[in-house]
Amino acid sequence: MEFLLRIWRQQNSDATGSLQRYSIDQVSPDMSFLEMLDNLNEKLIRQGELPVAFDMDCREGICGACSLVINGEPHGPMGATTTCQLYMRHFKEREEITIEPWRAGPFKVIQDLVVDRTSFDRILQAGGYVSLHTGEAPDANALLISKEIAGRAFEAANCIGCAACVAACPNASAMLFVAAKVTHLALLPQGQPEREHRVVKMVEAMDAEGFGNCSNHYKCADACPKEIPISLIARLNREFLGSALLGREFAEQPHRFGA
Amino acid sequence: MIDAKVPKGKLSEKWDNCLDGLKLISPNNKRKYKVIVVGTGLAGASASATMAELGYQVESFSFHDSPRRAHSVAAQGGINAAKNYRGDGDSIHRLFYDTIKGGDFRSREANVFRLAQISNNIIDQCVAQGVPFAREYGGLLDNRSFGGALVSRTFYSRGQTGQQLLLGAYGALNRQIYAGKIDHHSRSEMLDIVVDDGRAKGIVVRNLITGEMTTHLADAVVLATGGYSNLFYLSTNAAGCNVTATYRAYKRGASFANPCYTQIHPTCIPMNHKGQSKLTLMSESLRNHGRIWVPQQADDKRAPEQIPEVERDYFLERKYPAYGNLSPRDISSRAVKQVCDEGRGVGELGQSVYLDFGEAIERLGMESIKEYYGNLFDMYEHITDENPYQTPMRIYPAAHYTMGGLWVDYNLMSNLPGLFVIGEANFSDHGANRLGASALMQGLADGYFILPQTIGDYLAGATPYDESANSSDIKASAEALAKESSERIERLLSIGKSSSSGQGSRSVRSLHQSLGEIMWNHCGMTRNSEGLTTALDQLSSLKEEFWKTALVHGESGNLNQNLEQAGRVADFIDFSQLMCRDALAREESCGGHFREEHQEQGEAARDDKNFSHVAAWQYQGEGNPPTLEQEPLKFDELKAVKRSYQ
Repeated sequence: MEFLLRIWRQQNSDATGSLQRYSIDQVSPDMSFLEMLDNLNEKLIRQGELPVAFDMDCREGICGACSLVINGEPHGPMGATTTCQLYMRHFKEREEITIEPWRAGPFKVIQDLVVDRTSFDRILQAGGYVSLHTGEAPDANALLISKEIAGRAFEAANCIGCAACVAACPNASAMLFVAAKVTHLALLPQGQPEREHRVVKMVEAMDAEGFGNCSNHYKCADACPKEIPISLIARLNREFLGSALLGREFAEQPHRFGA
Repeated sequence: MIDAKVPKGKLSEKWDNCLDGLKLISPNNKRKYKVIVVGTGLAGASASATMAELGYQVESFSFHDSPRRAHSVAAQGGINAAKNYRGDGDSIHRLFYDTIKGGDFRSREANVFRLAQISNNIIDQCVAQGVPFAREYGGLLDNRSFGGALVSRTFYSRGQTGQQLLLGAYGALNRQIYAGKIDHHSRSEMLDIVVDDGRAKGIVVRNLITGEMTTHLADAVVLATGGYSNLFYLSTNAAGCNVTATYRAYKRGASFANPCYTQIHPTCIPMNHKGQSKLTLMSESLRNHGRIWVPQQADDKRAPEQIPEVERDYFLERKYPAYGNLSPRDISSRAVKQVCDEGRGVGELGQSVYLDFGEAIERLGMESIKEYYGNLFDMYEHITDENPYQTPMRIYPAAHYTMGGLWVDYNLMSNLPGLFVIGEANFSDHGANRLGASALMQGLADGYFILPQTIGDYLAGATPYDESANSSDIKASAEALAKESSERIERLLSIGKSSSSGQGSRSVRSLHQSLGEIMWNHCGMTRNSEGLTTALDQLSSLKEEFWKTALVHGESGNLNQNLEQAGRVADFIDFSQLMCRDALAREESCGGHFREEHQEQGEAARDDKNFSHVAAWQYQGEGNPPTLEQEPLKFDELKAVKRSYQ
């Protein structure tokens, strides 16, 4: 197959970027999107040009590293998939394909298609866990959790932290991401003691990073490769409100990052 | 003579005896000690978090953009533990026995017993963290079976167990980062180890965004940097997996043990086009319900549905009736290779076999199979465009895991004092073949429960490093090493620049592909003396070719993925030589190491008289052959018998 590519090239965070045109042929329909880019890079390298930088690692849809906006859609047109699990058979012969990085204020472009997503780490650092020391745990079967609850917690815990939700949202909101972790732990008995505290800390951290708020575009759930349901954002709002109504003190002072 | 420092006493009491004998550091003094941890997979993240909880200062490093991306995240099937919740006859001793036997009696008894003991604590720990393991309707934890075992002892989260366990460990890590106890650096690649007065005291790190080379000093260094299967180019590993950290440690004096023990996993999606960059694993758990077969006749081109039952050969069930489709990985992989070599392989290239769920779907219903394996079936369909609910999957073996790694003693310390190695990066527990669902167990046992205890014994005997005190010597030697690493980067960038075209002629990827071909052909599923000797010659030429022709563009002062890749492939080529040497020296077949010269009716023929040892290699400088030391393996509890799954 043959394709025309328009790819965002940007030398570093401070440089001005632009879309550059490339063409590529001899693409097998069974190639993944990233393998197609590998081949383009081979060609560029042989011509003495700098290859296109993009993040990726596992290439089986689980690590969350790959992150491309393809023809305006994060992770491309297929839905419920990561870029690495997108195959060229999903595109039309000679199609023009535009490839851009995640676009959002908190995600600075590092180079070409590589962006800085460390804000996601910082949000989880603020509370995305159960506080326990190694060795303190009781016997695993001392805790009964219904199959249904365990399944729903798993569906929320399934988030791979790729940030397609933010890239898809016109407000660059990270609420689906935050909702996934808050829901995972709010559903389980292990998460109860810190439940109110956690949601406040994480929402504060999210705000401090400069992510926008949800105004119900639902683009995030459409883009999510793991199909995290949109209903979790409603749960996040409920959890947050519940925390306020219950009179829980809000986290001391919001942690200011990068100050 | 190597001393593994195995504690005295009965096997079942050794770990307790070890803990009782460890020197302790008071809670107030722990914060004076600093430990560097390289890697944030299951082993690295759990070790960093636990040591920080104990009060040590921890500095952690990862080349990924986030600790959560470490390749442990991709482990699918599950994690073993001897809970015996099913009441099917499991016990610590049985898990220990299965692991030793699975490893073909090439692992250290005391380590494996400890692993089996700790397995139960891991499940407790992870459940308490909120890891959503699969459950039964009554709310209790569910289990399934894995290869090489006759009991159901595997805990799982659908086909994403590694991801869920890693998110648990990453949460623990995050908690300590937030508390200021861990200073974490992402997009930072370790390039060297600082050794001072014979002790590991720090590392040299390149910031992958700015290219800045920095030195970090500490009282001990922990490597949790994974395995080296990626040297085969096509493997189930992630693109970034590499041998650089452990290979650099080897060059600084740490012994590399059993490098030839590599695991080829039987159930991977076969290669289907030339530009392919990786092979995707289909979890071993699928063999709980999938039956593996090929046509009885060679060159049978009929579609699988058209081949009647009587003309199919369920070769694992036929050859190994007791374990059938759940035979261990090394044995299953070789059986697959054998039927393909006989011309009975299926698919366009004849390089695959069927993994058929037809019978299970008929017996249990589609919904039930979906519940077990939904995400794996989806992944298969995405990649191959074939629906495995309707037509059998096609699978073929691929490089997956490496049992070899840096040599460590019972305390997980290498022979270089102060350098600890955990998880897949060490050689310790799996012998010559790892059983399914044991890697997650070992990574977390090392990281949560073993290292944070044993490292205290070493630190208690050391004076904490003091930034302000008389440390100019060590700082100077660290700076010198950083300079050496920078010079190597410049050397990579200058390859081919003096040629007429002003650049090299071969891409790093194509050189990596050549390396993979050499190693797959000669040091893969089966090996022989002639092939290994050929491989060593080819590797020398490839090395020369690399340093003459590799295309490495751009600069060192910013993000340069081309350069990163070049450095890793250069190390893979050097390391592959060591792997072939080890494979050549081990004149026997055991586990994943199958020497064609040493077989009995097609099965591996072990030579306990001459090879019941760990082969630990020492670097002797560029151009000199490495030397070999042996750690004899003694089996006090078990008798090293011929491994049979029939």
